[in-house]
Amino acid sequence: MQFFFEVLIGGLLSGVMYSLVALGFVLIYKASGVFNFAQGSLVFFAALTFVGLMEHGLPFGLALLVTLLAMILLGLLIEKFVLRPLVNQPQISLFMATIGLSFLIEGLAQLLWGANVRGLDIGIQDEPLAWIADPTGINVSKFDLAAAGIAAVLVTMLALFFSRTRIGRALRAVADDHQAALAVGIPLQQIWAIVWAVAGFVALVAGLLWGARNGVQFALTFVALKALPVLILGGFDSVPGAIVGGLIIGATEKLAEVYLGPYVGGGIEGWFPYVLALIFLLVRPEGLFGEKIIRRI
Amino acid sequence: MLYREAGQFKSSYAADSAILPIRQDRIGLVLILVVAFVIVPLTASPYLFSALLIPCLILSLAALGLNLLTGYAGQLSLGTAAFMAVGAFMSYNFILRVPGIPLLLAFAGGGVMAAAVGIVFGLPSLRIRGFYLAVATLAAQFFILWCLTKVGWFTNYNPSGVITAQPMAILGYAFDTPQEKYLLVLSIVTVMALAAKNMVRGNIGRQWMAIRDMDVAAEVIGIRPMRAKLLAFAVSSFYCGVAGALFAYAYLGTVEPEAYNLDLSFRILFMIIIGGVGTVLGAFLGSAFIVVLPIALSVGVAFLNNTLRLNIPSSVGSNLELMVFGGLIIFFLIVEPHGLARIWQITKEKLRLWPFPY
Repeated sequence: MQFFFEVLIGGLLSGVMYSLVALGFVLIYKASGVFNFAQGSLVFFAALTFVGLMEHGLPFGLALLVTLLAMILLGLLIEKFVLRPLVNQPQISLFMATIGLSFLIEGLAQLLWGANVRGLDIGIQDEPLAWIADPTGINVSKFDLAAAGIAAVLVTMLALFFSRTRIGRALRAVADDHQAALAVGIPLQQIWAIVWAVAGFVALVAGLLWGARNGVQFALTFVALKALPVLILGGFDSVPGAIVGGLIIGATEKLAEVYLGPYVGGGIEGWFPYVLALIFLLVRPEGLFGEKIIRRI
Repeated sequence: MLYREAGQFKSSYAADSAILPIRQDRIGLVLILVVAFVIVPLTASPYLFSALLIPCLILSLAALGLNLLTGYAGQLSLGTAAFMAVGAFMSYNFILRVPGIPLLLAFAGGGVMAAAVGIVFGLPSLRIRGFYLAVATLAAQFFILWCLTKVGWFTNYNPSGVITAQPMAILGYAFDTPQEKYLLVLSIVTVMALAAKNMVRGNIGRQWMAIRDMDVAAEVIGIRPMRAKLLAFAVSSFYCGVAGALFAYAYLGTVEPEAYNLDLSFRILFMIIIGGVGTVLGAFLGSAFIVVLPIALSVGVAFLNNTLRLNIPSSVGSNLELMVFGGLIIFFLIVEPHGLARIWQITKEKLRLWPFPY
C-alpha cells in the first residue's frame, strides 16, 4: 500500500509537470483557436537559452530575465510573421504552420546554443522529503513538490490575470467570440501578441522545471507529445482541464507502468496516456471540461 | 493557344464522364507515363533511383492514402506511418509464413491488414472530430509501433528488431537493381493512383466529400456516416499499408519499426498540405517537394561550403536545413494555402487563354 501511494504521488506530481506544458497549449487555443504544436519547441528553446546564458557567466536572475525577454520577443515575432498572415485560414493550415514553426525554433535553438546535453541546476534537489518519509515511509521528491508548488503559483497568477485585469478580460472576450470582441473595440492582434508572450513565459517555467529534471536536451521537445493526451482529456480550451487532465494522466501512467507494465513487456508509458484519453473521448467527445459544441445545419 | 478544349464535343455519356475530358490532358498524361516508364529507366542513374525517384513514388502513395482520408473525407490523421508499418510487417510475415505466396498478394495482404487496423483506430471518428481526432490517431502511432517492437511474432523473434527484407520476385523474376525496383513501384503506384482518381469522382468519393463538408447534412440526405467514415479509414490505411510495404522492400531493404516514426507521419501530412489537400495530383507534387527539399538544402550547404569556403560545420548545416525546411513550410502555407495543385490549376486557366489576357 505504501508503495502504491508512493507511485501515485510521484505520478500526480509528474502530472503537474505535464499540466505546465499543456497550459501553454490551452492559452493559445483559447484565445486564437490555434493548436500550437510548437509549444514543446518553445519549452526547449527557453531551457536551452537559459542554460546557454548561464554558461556565459550570467547570474541566475539576469539569465532568467533575458530568457524571459527572449521568449516574449519570440512570441511576438511568431504572432506577427506566422499567424497574422494566416488569419482566416482553416485550422489545419494553422496547425501545419505551427509544426513548421517547431522545426524552425528547434533549428534556431540548436544553432544558437549547440546540441549538447546539459545539466540545469535551479537550486532544488531531487531528494525525498524527510518529514514525510520518516513517519509514513512514503518517499516524496522535494523537487517534484517544488515543481507542483510553482505550477500552483503559476495557475493562480494566470487565473488572477484572466479574471482581474483589463487585458485578462479582453483575452476572455476574444476567446469567447472574435467578431464580437472586435466590434466592442478590443484590439485583436494586440491580444494575440500578449497571449503568445504569456505562452512564452509559461514555456520558460516549464522549460526550467523539465530541464532541471531531465537535463536540457532535444528530448524536451517530446514533452509536448505527452501534453497532448492531457489536453484531450481536459479539453483544449480549459485551464482547469489542463491541470486535472495532467494529474489524471500522470497518476494513471505511472500506476499502469508499475502494475500493468511487467505483464506486457514494459514501456507502455509511451502510449498508455493516449489510449486512456481515447477511451475517455468515446464517452465525452469534448473532454472533461471542454466546451460542448452544438452543431447545426 | 495549345491548351484549349474548344471544338472538342462530347457525343456520348462515356465521353462526358471520362477521367480526363480534355484531349490535351490525355496527351499530357500519356507523355508523362511514357517518360516515367521508358525514358527515365533508360537514362537515370542508380543514385537518382534509390535516393529520389523510389522514395518519392512510395511516399506519394502514402500521401495519396492520407489525402483520401484527410482531404476527401475530412478526418485528420497523425498515424499514417503506423499504418505503413502494419503493411510492411504483415507483408514480411505473409512472405515468411506462407510459402510460395506471390509478392503482390503479400503486399495486398499487408494492405488489407493495415485496413483492418485502420478501421479499429477509425472507430473513434464516429464520436470525435477535428483536433481531438488527430490526437486520438496519435494513439495508433504509438501503440502500433510499441506492439511491433514488443511482440516478437511480428519480427520473427529477431533480437535486433531490424530485419532484412526478403528479395522481391514475381514469377521467378527478381527485382534487384534500383531500375527494376523503380519500375515495380511505378507500376503499383500508377494502378493505385488511377483507382484513387476513379474512387474520388464516384459515389464513394462524393459521400466522403459530403461527410467532410458537413456531416450532419450528409447524414440527413441519406449517407451513412459510419460506413463512409470507416470506409475512408479502411481505403486510406490500405494505401498506406501498401506504401509501407514498398517502403520497406523497395526503398529501405529492411523492415524495422523505427523507420515508421511520428516524423514520417508528419512528413506525409506536410506532403498533402503543400501539395494540396483534396487533390490526387497534390499527393505527387507534395511528395516530390518534401523528398527533394532536404536533399536540395544539403546540396546547397555543401555548395556554399565549397565555393565560398565558408566552412559551415555539419551540425550548423543540419540545423540550418531544419530552419529552412520549417521556414519554407510556413512560407508556403502563407503564400499558397491551397498547395501546389492549386498553382497548377491557375496555370491551366492561364494557359487556356494564352496568349490573350482574357
